Amino acid sequence: MGNATRPKLAVWKFASCDGCQLSLLDCEDELLQLADKMDIAYFMEASSQPVEGPYDLSLVEGSITTAEDERRIREVRAQSRALVTIGACATAGGIQALRNFADVEEFTSIVYAHPETIATLKTSTPISAHVPVDFELQGCPINKRQLLEVISAFLYRRPPQVPPHSVCIECKIRGNVCVWVAHGTPCMGPVTHAGCGALCPTYNRGCYACYGPKENPNTESLCHWWKTELGADKATVVENLRNFNAAAPAFETASRREEQDNGEK
Amino acid sequence: MAKSKTIKVDYLARVEGEGALYIRYDDGGVHDVKLKIFEPPRFFEGFMRGRDYLEAPDITARICGICPVAYQMSALHAMEDALGLVPTPELSALRRLIYCGEWIESHTLHIYMLHAPDFLGYPSAVAMAKDHPKIVQVGLQIKKAGNAIVKLLGGREIHPINVRVGGFYRVPAASELKPLREQLLQARDMAAETVRWAASLPFPKFERSAEDQYEFVALSHSQEYPMNKGRIASTRGLDIPVSEYDSHFREEHVEYTNALHSVLVERGAYFVGPMARYNLNYDRLSPLVRQTAEDIGFPPFCANPFQSIVVRSLEVLYAFDEALRIIDGYQQPQEPYLNTEPRASTGCAATEAPRGLLYHRYSIDERGKITDAKIVPPTSQNQKTIEDDLRHMLPKFLHLPEDKLQAQCEQAIRNYDPCISCSTHFLQLHLERSGRVGQ
Repeated sequence: MGNATRPKLAVWKFASCDGCQLSLLDCEDELLQLADKMDIAYFMEASSQPVEGPYDLSLVEGSITTAEDERRIREVRAQSRALVTIGACATAGGIQALRNFADVEEFTSIVYAHPETIATLKTSTPISAHVPVDFELQGCPINKRQLLEVISAFLYRRPPQVPPHSVCIECKIRGNVCVWVAHGTPCMGPVTHAGCGALCPTYNRGCYACYGPKENPNTESLCHWWKTELGADKATVVENLRNFNAAAPAFETASRREEQDNGEK
Repeated sequence: MAKSKTIKVDYLARVEGEGALYIRYDDGGVHDVKLKIFEPPRFFEGFMRGRDYLEAPDITARICGICPVAYQMSALHAMEDALGLVPTPELSALRRLIYCGEWIESHTLHIYMLHAPDFLGYPSAVAMAKDHPKIVQVGLQIKKAGNAIVKLLGGREIHPINVRVGGFYRVPAASELKPLREQLLQARDMAAETVRWAASLPFPKFERSAEDQYEFVALSHSQEYPMNKGRIASTRGLDIPVSEYDSHFREEHVEYTNALHSVLVERGAYFVGPMARYNLNYDRLSPLVRQTAEDIGFPPFCANPFQSIVVRSLEVLYAFDEALRIIDGYQQPQEPYLNTEPRASTGCAATEAPRGLLYHRYSIDERGKITDAKIVPPTSQNQKTIEDDLRHMLPKFLHLPEDKLQAQCEQAIRNYDPCISCSTHFLQLHLERSGRVGQ
């Protein structure tokens, strides 16, 4: 039954892999329940019948990489009462922000036969660089439990419970042996935002920071330890800071600092 | 003179990613068909240069959230080809198992949430669930079972973290796989039901003329229904090792869309995906799947793309059968992965993503840093065939009212389950609005 009082949900996509909005469709046990509570008004991946705005809650996936998208995100903001960004692309520019550290024209000529026809910005930036954002949910991809938490928090008008601590805390909660201490495996866990449930250490590999920086990460200390204790060279340290969340301010600053560092440490 | 008309869909729904459709036609025929993909480029092949070879599966997974396992599989096999690593049968079986999981969840997403609403006249699965709650719930349960496989082996459903060049970071004990069994058995029954349901949908009649048949292209293997291994074969006699891909397939710059279309050298458009796999490898399907196809009178060769939903559901049933077979015969590998040192080399591989052949080629230097990457996703290979379908189909449907005609065109595109997120790393922004044709 169409119910005008149900909050209207919109899901938007910018440059991205679709994985974060897929997290919503992957809520196999909760999707229909959610559709009862909210009117899924705009979700092009799922529906060919968009309902016009304004929307009560907009979930935004993807980063801004074209002039047209710069314009479009302002339109989305204007139509949205609350705007929540989901995933590493929307919160930190995503893997495509690697262009921010390189020459985009060169990238274009590597990939395209006729680079002159490619309309793209020289940067990939998070949504918050363009419009005010009400909440940012990190992760590449986001965790669907956290997504449901953010949506229910919105429905019940309370702040979302998404802890800002590091992956290390999640490792302790799971009872994992520390892969760094026990096996000397390089791990980004100490500076990485929780949310995945410390997956990589659970599967015997070091965290590769796909959830982006935790609150107040001590990247300087981490880089120091990677180099002195694990014997990582500078290029490896920079590479690990520059992946799916390369343009997150904490990681970007750290990677630029490492690049300029003349190796005194 | 007949006034020319246009069909414009500014934003295609129920496909993965952002695309648009433009068709110009009049009583004299169809003059212009453009499937446009306006999702911005993301430059994977550019920024992979200089990255470590071990990162290739993690990075390329991010091309697509719908089929990350496919990217990981093609990347792994290409790197292993470069380094001369041959995975053990035990490791290969585990890779096949995680691929089964992805086929199930990705195909089921398409069958129930993206494609079925077309046949039943709904804008979305959520809307469809109001009248057909059982159907949608069954779809969600099947999908969940596929995701359970990917989650167990990969750590999570989207962008799994556990696959590695040479093998896996961690391999499960047999006791960890066993609890899946019950869930998969139940879901297999639902998948068999899905085949019967899909076959009962109303299909538009659409067959190409004898002189304009599709060339279906898929991997083909003497023992296996193809996933990670095989030669590249076609219904017109192509039969080559994957290492010869670059000399038989070419990406073309098509001026009117500024998009690269993949073509078979000297022959043009071809068709990859579930229908190609099925048509070329029917004999390698499990007895249960062939029996099910026979029971519903579905032929071993299918050339109506609207029936791809039936083929997909047969592949889902196969993937459950195969997953159960692998779990029942599972031997835990001695080592989770084969170790090696990088060396300057080039390697390539093609695997069968849910949407079809996915080709990767890499060169690495002696430190294992990537110096060159080439990735050809299935959607780019099907683009030309999709446009050809629209060109062929339209004259037959011109009597329909315009909204029905447009819906028919959109459905024809969804037959291919095009994944635009995958294909856009080499497609240009090309946005079109009413009254203004973008260039």
